[in-house]
Amino acid sequence: MSTQKITLAKGLNMGLRKAMEADDKVLLMGEDVGKLGGVFRITDGLQKDFGEDRVIDSPLAESGIVGTAVGMALRGYRPVIEIQFDGFVYPAYDQIVCQVAKYTYRSQGKVKMPIVIRIPFGGGIGAVEHHSESPEAQFAHTPGLKVVACSNPVDGYWMIQQAIAHDDPVIFLEPKRQYHADKAELDESATPEPLFTSRVVRAGTDATVLAYGPTVKTALKCAEAAESEGRSLEVIDLRTLSPLDMAPVFESVRRTGRCVITHEAHVNLGMGAEVAARITEQCFYSLEAPVLRVGAFDMPYPPSRIEEEYLPDLDRVLDAVDRTFAF
Amino acid sequence: MPDPVSFGPDLAEVFGPSQTDGGPDLVQLLTPEGERVHHPEFDHDFSAEELRGLYRDMVLTRRIDVEATALQRHGELGIWAQLLGQEAAQIGAGRAMRPQDYAFPTYREHGVAYCKGVDPLRLLGLFRGVDQGGWDPNENNFGLYTIVIGAQTLHATGYAMGMQRDGVVGTGDPERDSAVIAHFGDGASSQGDVNEAFIFAASYNAPVVFFCQNNQWAISEPIERQTRIPLYQRALGFGFPGIRVDGNDVLATYAVTKAALQRAREGNGPSFVEAYTYRMGAHTTTDDPTRYRLNDELEHWKLKDPIERLKVYLRRNGLVDQEFFDDLDAEAKEMGHHLREGCKALPDPKPMDQFGYVFSEMTDEIREQRDGFAAYLASFEGSTH
Repeated sequence: MSTQKITLAKGLNMGLRKAMEADDKVLLMGEDVGKLGGVFRITDGLQKDFGEDRVIDSPLAESGIVGTAVGMALRGYRPVIEIQFDGFVYPAYDQIVCQVAKYTYRSQGKVKMPIVIRIPFGGGIGAVEHHSESPEAQFAHTPGLKVVACSNPVDGYWMIQQAIAHDDPVIFLEPKRQYHADKAELDESATPEPLFTSRVVRAGTDATVLAYGPTVKTALKCAEAAESEGRSLEVIDLRTLSPLDMAPVFESVRRTGRCVITHEAHVNLGMGAEVAARITEQCFYSLEAPVLRVGAFDMPYPPSRIEEEYLPDLDRVLDAVDRTFAF
Repeated sequence: MPDPVSFGPDLAEVFGPSQTDGGPDLVQLLTPEGERVHHPEFDHDFSAEELRGLYRDMVLTRRIDVEATALQRHGELGIWAQLLGQEAAQIGAGRAMRPQDYAFPTYREHGVAYCKGVDPLRLLGLFRGVDQGGWDPNENNFGLYTIVIGAQTLHATGYAMGMQRDGVVGTGDPERDSAVIAHFGDGASSQGDVNEAFIFAASYNAPVVFFCQNNQWAISEPIERQTRIPLYQRALGFGFPGIRVDGNDVLATYAVTKAALQRAREGNGPSFVEAYTYRMGAHTTTDDPTRYRLNDELEHWKLKDPIERLKVYLRRNGLVDQEFFDDLDAEAKEMGHHLREGCKALPDPKPMDQFGYVFSEMTDEIREQRDGFAAYLASFEGSTH
């Protein structure tokens, strides 16, 4: 058994390479994904090894990238698109929502749309406007799309391969501030969990904290801090946002009776709202307190000098946990 | 006072009232009066059989359109997008394609669909509200009708890029080499997606023919609202040739599109064909063109009817006899019957089936919603609700 320590960027890069080796219909397309290897270097070296026909540097036009991917999918290809930054997905929004998401339905299931749209998302990198956003709820709200978010290097490696092998369109969210941060041990011979599953990443008994993407790390830190205060938090990495995998969440909340969900996206009509509603529907008699949400205030992403005040951090999540105990 | 600086030609000259008949660059092989004229670049030696075939196609296409319009008036269709007046543009383009070529339509390409072998009855489904597109696009190489204006031009370009990767472009084998037609209209030429499609196609030298039916009107917006230069001249700015063809002349449209497709199949990249035509009917059956355009204009274009001019030519040259017209009339009647009876017999969609169309791999969430809805419906069984 050989393992190696990798970053999220490396995990995604290795996963993309595996997927391209496994199926020659897999194409990568995006702005600067070729020679440069992407602005975050996620596609580093892939054009050199797979050629310009399979790793396609595109014109600077997001709708064009997604729209041409629809045509390639119709021709039997499996395009994997890189949207350079979350805030630049909107020019492609129409093609994603009206075409990618609807083509299978429009054709009564005759046409498959195996397109993966990779979006580096979330803040914390000191960037200018449009580079730190969390648009996941807009896609999870759209029937016909599946939405997943990886949170760590090992998941990055497996989940990108699973998403590419999947026959439906997948919005694949990558927490960009984690790209080159923590390393983790990857065992390529392991068997990954199925793509559309959530996972308990830390067991606990007193309250459940739900997170995905960049806030998983925050939630785990919270659990550590809470432990020192004698409180045991269970942390679940949702991983899949549409469909949601609620069974582990329901099981956890029925035991703990308390739940906090945290994401970088705006609280209003965010993923937390849907998750809270489902927990209320299924775990009503187990709840000791309302499900609380910790996310962004309903304002555009702020100037980066104050982004740490704005992002849900350890203290704000712990504060919410405290409030669930105050009920 | 210094003379005003000139930045180029006077646009009123290239796009003035004198251009209403298509201008000097219009490729034409058959005049509105039915005179056969020749063109140094785009010509084709049409056999009598080909000419009769094109005439038949146009007549049947008009019949499809007229019949569907009538079905809407009778309440059998919710709406219908009429093509009246655009038969030559669509048949010319449709017949120029080979089976391996792929067409990406708007929602008005009924004539192209017919050429690609799609049963016209299938076209009625989305207008009747029984489906959103009832044919398998890969069965006839004819994409699903696309209602978001211009979106399909990008799909066409991506599909053409797929053909390049499949090695079916520029091989020299006429049975293998393939191309794509992206259909759109004058209104769509203002859309970002169409302009992005031009850029992608040019950048990758994709085998796609951008076939624009300029029917002069985008619902109530005249062509002058979309462009200040003739549309075909835009192509040059994107780096590929643009040709304006008389879209009411099936011979010219066929010849020009055939050449454009051949160019694409040979690996010489995209081109733009502006089929200069006229929407003689309304935008759709819910539209009322009398609110925004003059009847004089319609009368002017009636004189350029695409079917009449070929009829005159066929008759004058003794290429048809009465039996031909009688047979075609019978065939058109049969088409009408097929659409009328078929439309009414189209089954309503089954609500339970809809859940299965959302994804290729159904999610547990949708399965639960389907089963919950089924149980809800079942709860009324035996009740009068």
